Amino acid sequence: MSAIIEAVGLAKYYKEVKALDGLDLSVPEGTILGLLGPNGAGKTTAVNILTTLIRPNAGSATVAGANVLTQPGKVRKRIGLSGQFAAVDENLTGFENLDMIGRLYHLGRDTARTRSRELLDRFDLADAADRPVKTYSGGMRRRLDLAGAIVAEPPVLFLDEPTTGLDPRSRTDMWGVIRDLVGKGTTLLLTTQYLEEADQLADDIVVIDHGKEIAHGTADELKAMIGGERVEVTVVSADTIGGAREILARFSGGEVQINERARKLVAPMSGGSEEFRHVLRDLEGAGIAVYDVGMRRPTLDDVFLTLTGHIAESEEAPEPAGVQS
Amino acid sequence: MNNLMWAALDSHVIAKRNIIKIKRVPEILMFVLISPIMFVLLFAYVFGDSIVIPGGSYREFLIGGIFAQTVVFGATFTGAGLADDMQKGIISRFRSLPMNRAAVLVGRTASDVIYNVLSLFIMALTGLIVGWRINEGFVSAFFGFALLLAFAYAFSWVMAYVGLLVPSVEVINNAAFVVIFPLTFVANTFVPAENLPGVLRTFAEWNPVSAVTQAARELFGNIPPGTPEPTVWPLENAVLYTIIWIVVIIAIFAPLAVHRYSKPG
Repeated sequence: MSAIIEAVGLAKYYKEVKALDGLDLSVPEGTILGLLGPNGAGKTTAVNILTTLIRPNAGSATVAGANVLTQPGKVRKRIGLSGQFAAVDENLTGFENLDMIGRLYHLGRDTARTRSRELLDRFDLADAADRPVKTYSGGMRRRLDLAGAIVAEPPVLFLDEPTTGLDPRSRTDMWGVIRDLVGKGTTLLLTTQYLEEADQLADDIVVIDHGKEIAHGTADELKAMIGGERVEVTVVSADTIGGAREILARFSGGEVQINERARKLVAPMSGGSEEFRHVLRDLEGAGIAVYDVGMRRPTLDDVFLTLTGHIAESEEAPEPAGVQS
Repeated sequence: MNNLMWAALDSHVIAKRNIIKIKRVPEILMFVLISPIMFVLLFAYVFGDSIVIPGGSYREFLIGGIFAQTVVFGATFTGAGLADDMQKGIISRFRSLPMNRAAVLVGRTASDVIYNVLSLFIMALTGLIVGWRINEGFVSAFFGFALLLAFAYAFSWVMAYVGLLVPSVEVINNAAFVVIFPLTFVANTFVPAENLPGVLRTFAEWNPVSAVTQAARELFGNIPPGTPEPTVWPLENAVLYTIIWIVVIIAIFAPLAVHRYSKPG
């Protein structure tokens, strides 16, 4: 398969800040690449360069056969972009928004109209189609924004954090919509702060931090690297941290992280609920009183702890992506 | 289709979008129309009797100045509209589309003319009520309004450029104030330029806002007989001087704004 998005050595500096620092990307046609990282890692900068919105200080990229630096007009004809904040016009109706974007893609009046109605139907917005977007919920705005990106059925699609700020139900809906799209042969570059989202959607994941790639692989490969699920134990007394640690280490393949002040221990574990029961049994057997014990999926924080030894440094605390189980 | 056709079509799509906003958010229009009415009434009744114009009525003199000031202030809407679109990410979306690079600005400046048409209409009505009259025939008056609109259009390109430079709508409103206040007050808008001292007088005489005001007064026939003739070229040839400014402003600021819009960051 040939790469339809190809970037080499992308770098972008803002004064002393290196937003991107030599990033390579290669996305085969018809696949989804997940660009995973905390706030400020350079995800949006990468998307903005590939969609011709900003110019890199170094590096080059081609999208759908056109060079982003020398043929930006050609690139724009072949891409759809849905940014981090739903860029829809609040004063227009849903239909008017899509129709306008369709016209600006030069689809022609009739095609733009037909496509707009089709997409409103497909994205479950038909009832709200003729209401101003002002009256839409956050999830509806996001769906409309995504619909805008695909009005012209571009072969390459960029979605910058398509589910950030959505409630869990809207997020799951959005995933369905995105999967559906790519089933039709579209190539997608998706950025996200949620490991689970990348896991659910992406064929290939690039983890970035401070503008650089720190890991690259399929979801399974990354999981193997970071070691499956996490068991979290909060003990009642600080004196029992040592004992709890021993028990966790017995079952865990990886390092046990300890937060002394919160009296909390976290360890990767791949043995599923059976192993979890053993942990509970042994804790009880050792007479260690606990406030809270749980098993959860690894989050971006766990990925960063494992890969870089430090927690993801973001300006805002990312919402936990892991579902308590 | 060629580029020019696409430029026209894309601009039309953008203008249509802006016009829908005027319809859906009538509050904006309301304030656009209330402030000129307030200005007319304020100056006519509060200052009207204290300011004496040799040979004529202050109210007649005043209206041309208020027209000019209001359309210049109206240009701020162009900048504010663009700054708002930038803030909301709508400009980024437009910039990622294969549309014409000038269309967002051409469409915006074109649709904003509507604000000025409406505010001139309302001001003219208010003016007529407080005693302003057109004394020069309707063809001449029509040119007077057309000149004011053309000047406002040119000025909206200045504000379009400023709107693309500033980070938010709040900033543009303050920035516009800093530019527009001296331009509209150090002029012959509210008092005859000859009454101003030294440097201010020279500034007022060469100020394009003075010229458009003077031109409007001439074309509406609001210069009473016996008024001292202007002695500087710009005010002697107010219509021509205004047209020169209109052309120069558009020739400089339209390319600047389009360049700023299309330049990737």
